Amino acid sequence: MEESLYREIEEIIEKYREEETPLLCVLQEVQEKFHYLPRNVLGYIAKKMNVPSSTVYGVATFYSFFETNPVGEYVIRVCKSTPCHVQGAFNVLQALKRELGLKEGETSKDGKFTLEVTSCLGVCGVAPAMMINDVTYGNLNDERVREILALYRR
Amino acid sequence: MAKTLKEMEKAKEKANLVTIYLDGKEAKVPEGITILEACRMEGFHVPTLCYMEGLSSWGGCRICVVEVEGQPNLVASCVTPVREGMKIRLSSRAVREARKTNLELLLSNHPLDCQLCDRNGSCELQELAYEFGVREIRFGGERKTYAVDMSSPSVKRDANRCILCGRCVRTCREVQSVCAIDFANRGFDTFISPSLGLPLGESVCINCGQCILACPTGALSEVSHVEMVWDAIEDPGKFVVLQTAPAVRVSIGEPFGLPAGTVTTGKMVAAFRRLGFDRVFDTNFTADLTIIEEGHEFIGRVKKGGKLPLITSCSPGWIKFMEHFYPELMENVSTCKSPQQMFGAIAKTYYAQKMGIDPKDMVVVSIMPCTAKKFECQRDEMCASGYQDVDFSLTTREAARMLKEKGIRLEEMPEENFDDPLGISTGAAAVFGATGGVMEAALRSVYEISTGKTLEKLDFYQVRGLDGVKEASLEINGMEVNVAVAHGLGNARRLLDQVKAGNSKYHFIEIMACPGGCIGGGGQPIPTNLEIRMKRIAAIYEVDKNLPLRKSHENPAIKKLYEEFLGEPNGEKAHHLLHTHYMPRERI
Amino acid sequence: MFYRTHVLVEMTSSSVAFGAAQVKEALEREIERVGLKNEVKVLETGSFGASLPSPFVVIYPDNVIYAPLRVQDVRRVVEEHLLKGRVVRELMLAGGLEWKTSEFAFPFPLAKETRVVLRNSGFIDPLNIEDYIARDGYMALAKVLTEMTPQEVIEVIKRSNLLGRGGAGFPTGLKWEFTYKAEGQEKYVVCNADEGEPGTFKDRLILEGDPHSILEAMAIAGYAVGAREGYIYVRAEYPQSIRHLEEAIRQAGEYGFLGENILGSQFSFWVKIRKGAGAYVCGEETALLESIEGKRGEPRVKPPYPPQKGLWGKPTVINNVETLANIPPIILRGPEWFKSIGTPTCPGTKVFTLTGNVNNLGLIEVPMGITLRELIFEIGGGVRGGHGLKLVQTGGPSGGTMTPDLLDVPMTFDTLPKYNSALGSGALTVVDDTHCIVDVVKSFGEFFLHESCGKCTPCRIGNKRIVEILEKISEGKGTLDHLEELLHLGRNMKMTAFCGLGQAAPNPLLRCLEFFREEFETHVKEKVCPAGTCQLKSLQRTVR
Ligand SMILES: Cc1cc2nc3c(=O)[nH]c(=O)nc-3n(C[C@H](O)[C@H](O)[C@H](O)COP(=O)(O)O)c2cc1C
Ligand code: SF4
Ligand code: SF4
Ligand code: FES
Repeated sequence: MEESLYREIEEIIEKYREEETPLLCVLQEVQEKFHYLPRNVLGYIAKKMNVPSSTVYGVATFYSFFETNPVGEYVIRVCKSTPCHVQGAFNVLQALKRELGLKEGETSKDGKFTLEVTSCLGVCGVAPAMMINDVTYGNLNDERVREILALYRR
Repeated sequence: MAKTLKEMEKAKEKANLVTIYLDGKEAKVPEGITILEACRMEGFHVPTLCYMEGLSSWGGCRICVVEVEGQPNLVASCVTPVREGMKIRLSSRAVREARKTNLELLLSNHPLDCQLCDRNGSCELQELAYEFGVREIRFGGERKTYAVDMSSPSVKRDANRCILCGRCVRTCREVQSVCAIDFANRGFDTFISPSLGLPLGESVCINCGQCILACPTGALSEVSHVEMVWDAIEDPGKFVVLQTAPAVRVSIGEPFGLPAGTVTTGKMVAAFRRLGFDRVFDTNFTADLTIIEEGHEFIGRVKKGGKLPLITSCSPGWIKFMEHFYPELMENVSTCKSPQQMFGAIAKTYYAQKMGIDPKDMVVVSIMPCTAKKFECQRDEMCASGYQDVDFSLTTREAARMLKEKGIRLEEMPEENFDDPLGISTGAAAVFGATGGVMEAALRSVYEISTGKTLEKLDFYQVRGLDGVKEASLEINGMEVNVAVAHGLGNARRLLDQVKAGNSKYHFIEIMACPGGCIGGGGQPIPTNLEIRMKRIAAIYEVDKNLPLRKSHENPAIKKLYEEFLGEPNGEKAHHLLHTHYMPRERI
Repeated sequence: MFYRTHVLVEMTSSSVAFGAAQVKEALEREIERVGLKNEVKVLETGSFGASLPSPFVVIYPDNVIYAPLRVQDVRRVVEEHLLKGRVVRELMLAGGLEWKTSEFAFPFPLAKETRVVLRNSGFIDPLNIEDYIARDGYMALAKVLTEMTPQEVIEVIKRSNLLGRGGAGFPTGLKWEFTYKAEGQEKYVVCNADEGEPGTFKDRLILEGDPHSILEAMAIAGYAVGAREGYIYVRAEYPQSIRHLEEAIRQAGEYGFLGENILGSQFSFWVKIRKGAGAYVCGEETALLESIEGKRGEPRVKPPYPPQKGLWGKPTVINNVETLANIPPIILRGPEWFKSIGTPTCPGTKVFTLTGNVNNLGLIEVPMGITLRELIFEIGGGVRGGHGLKLVQTGGPSGGTMTPDLLDVPMTFDTLPKYNSALGSGALTVVDDTHCIVDVVKSFGEFFLHESCGKCTPCRIGNKRIVEILEKISEGKGTLDHLEELLHLGRNMKMTAFCGLGQAAPNPLLRCLEFFREEFETHVKEKVCPAGTCQLKSLQRTVR
């Protein structure tokens, strides 16, 4: 990995120097920068923060918002919890799979989209819902899925 | 932290007592202990799986559940403190049913091919299944499958057999402070992973094998050298020389049903001879040699103002630990090879010459209480004769298995002696097997060599026993020599941090990676627990006491070795053959 | 500056998804164009509370609602209503919901609604602290700091009998008292905003619409228990909440409501935000602490409980967002006032979130003790599409399953357990009778399978086996033995799981196996799905 990337990571760690146990904060911010948390990055964070790398790895793989494998520029997380489920989340997922040609957990070849399912997004008032990176979309149906994807395909 | 019975007894004397009822029987137990501890004190057996003496309690396996009156759920006895008036049912129907169900759930994600497993016969899962009367597994379904990790020179990981009790993780973290492994992923996908999801061999694992001792199943075991050793023995072109470590003679009886702490030196020699080794020698011989070399190194450093404290180097787990975590202390560590490696170097030079054997045709096999020795013998630096000093290193467990495979019953063997000359040793070498032993042996010789006087009391009780860090001081030529001993690397850190900070008052420090020293090594028979460790230690000191010579510098074979071959201690030849160097390693 | 008219635009994660931001922009543009810039002010607000079409715009003080207001209609509203004073009827909220002025004056609560925790939501600009102050914001903190001792504060909360709204219903005053009494110089206040229970989004709306109320409550808690630092643990799925909180913390610091020597007193208090990373179990209080401590979110052994040993081993009080939002009004208006709302054993209000197959989706704050019938059929407008009601899951998957026979049970923390149910977080997921019970239960099961931390055997493997069996049943491969296994696994998990997640996970399964036994049996005996929504669809067609 390039020098400059390590420097950026170091800056992020530096930012949290005053905080107690800021591992999650650091991982979140680093992931925002690099989209995912490659192994060497995790190792570097471990070393710089003086946390065992096995711990860092354990943490990075525990939380579903951390990605240790490359993901697309846009991570689509479709809620499949019951409130969305009974409002047709299954069809939404089918529509996304069809539109993107992806299965759950896959990333498109152009590196643009990753499709994942997730637990409740807390917007059940507009179920079924999904999140694309940190924007939430509700009241989904086939048509809205197409419209929304079009925004990101540009 | 889970307490030992002794600690609990002590607690009982001091603490407030509470009254509880165990299956109706009234008991007064100290406040603050867990239900499980109370049961053990009162002589009730409660099955456990994730609980382990000496580690923090985790409460995950849910095997130790009991019923507490008035509480809707069952509670895990290993993590639930006793309360005044608590009425506890240890084996009601609900309790038995729950334990069995949880065990069946574990089994439903387990290979169930016990016959093919290293731990067949010493597996806690197997034993519980038998005890609980599991005859069928009601719940089928997906079983996780993982590739077996053979990347480490010492520890083999078969995650398929793992029940996620976390005992290895806690051992590595709490006892060894290495943290090479931890849980990864979550839920049904949870598994134990080395640093960064890399294979174990690429991690900071120091190969001590304590996790193997902790593991209740066959998920962790040593990387076997058994087949290679059979091949060597059966190869008529090879001269196969065996060395056995000090700690093996007090533990190898256990797999043959002898009580822990039985000294089996003679029987063990006889047994290995029958296994087909050309010579059965003793690592104790080079333990004496180590003392001479390391003793002179210490005396030299004191005289010349070299780097102090000097830290011992016999424990290869400790050495790798130092290379990862304390590279700045590299110069404090003695350059002496460990006795295993000195033995290999001497066997393939001195002894080979003596016998007129080409070292390339000689195979040196060691039987060690240790898994890190497998790693040590493969280190690039360890090639004094031009060939690998030690070719194969077997754990005590592997050695016992080989004997069984050949139908040799150790317990029925006659007493025989080691071969000469690499089989002659003193009591000082014997105590290498226990924590504090190297220091004790060194003090005996250092004192006499530097003062020229005879040491009155040979027994240094201050450095014996299972306290994490022990210390002693001894006046030598008007100098107050402060020494310290640590076993288990978590304990060692306490001493090392002082050295690093420059405020250590010690001149000489012994560090053993494994709790209890080699008798508690990662290659020892399973179970190895506190009680067994203490028995083995007692046996070690018994060996020492019964030997005619108890100081390394009095070993006649060693004297002869210097005269005939090595020249001076710490001399050029000794340096070339018996000393080594270290390298800093990444802290991945 | 005085504005004659305010235009309030609801700006929540979900309304943004419907283009609320564009509508706001258009409004501002048009207002400027017609020259009303100095008379009319456009404000962003949090949620208006009820289930409403989006984008949702209120003209105040006229109390006229345009919803859903589309960008292309903005010009008409501005020109007609704001410029000429003529209401545009056809763009007004359909259905003619009637708005009344509540004790909190504004905005327009629904019939039956009583707003305590949502008192400001939708009324104030959450990004402007002065709006909050104007509505008695930080008055409670001032009162506490100038007139009350910590013991008195705890006494008031205890007397109010406020029960924790995070799900367990533990008395808040007691919790504060334990923390107050615990030994230690350093103590912490933690706000649990992890809100992961499917069907729950009340905390999000409070955080988005009224972030200062939480900061104020945390400072009061800090004063009461003797803490100088507070942490808000917000789930990663709520970026808008985090933004609003960050801004609120900044402003509160500027105004001296947070920081050193608050309001000139000896009391200092700081609040920090920690973001979750997608793990439902981190809502469990000790797992949450682990997560703040930078570890895997696995629950800790209890006891010791957080008031004894919490964050970094220090005494810690952990409260839910909604619990905290109740604190300032209780301080200002007294415990007797609080107890006059709700039921004697369970006073106050509860925010319910209506989700699933109900006509009006959304949230509502009502007095404790309301019935499901009122919630679903009056407020929620009944089951979607005129279908029959199959079940209502209360408090999310971890809560309880209420069947149509239980519609008249008063909804409180103490009554629901009598029906093997639980109020939990206040989520209500309505499932209509077009759904197959196996499919619904499986969806609960999959949630727990995905969210189990994996620490303990019964939950880690049990949930897996349960989902596998349910899958078999819906594929037509189920047997009667499978139903027994489900019961057995469910009971075992309930009895032996390590934490609340595993202990509660089988609740819906066990209740449904009992109540819908026949439907399960039809699946395994006749290999038919009566509702036809699970994977047996094709099979069913051939049978018919
Ligand atoms: C699995 C699980 C998930 C939980 N999730 C939440 C949550 O998302 N938000 C919350 O406030 N409490 C949650 N709780 C309850 C908390 O453990 C805790 O009781 C609560 O935060 C205490 O606050 P209160 O007394 O104000 O209710 C959860 C509990 C469990 C067992
Ligand atoms: S490898 Fe062994 S000790 Fe480690 S978690 Fe698995 S079963 Fe337990
Ligand atoms: S019940 Fe057990 S596995 Fe499940 S979330 Fe709790 S601790 Fe983790
Ligand atoms: S031994 Fe107590 S839960 Fe495992």
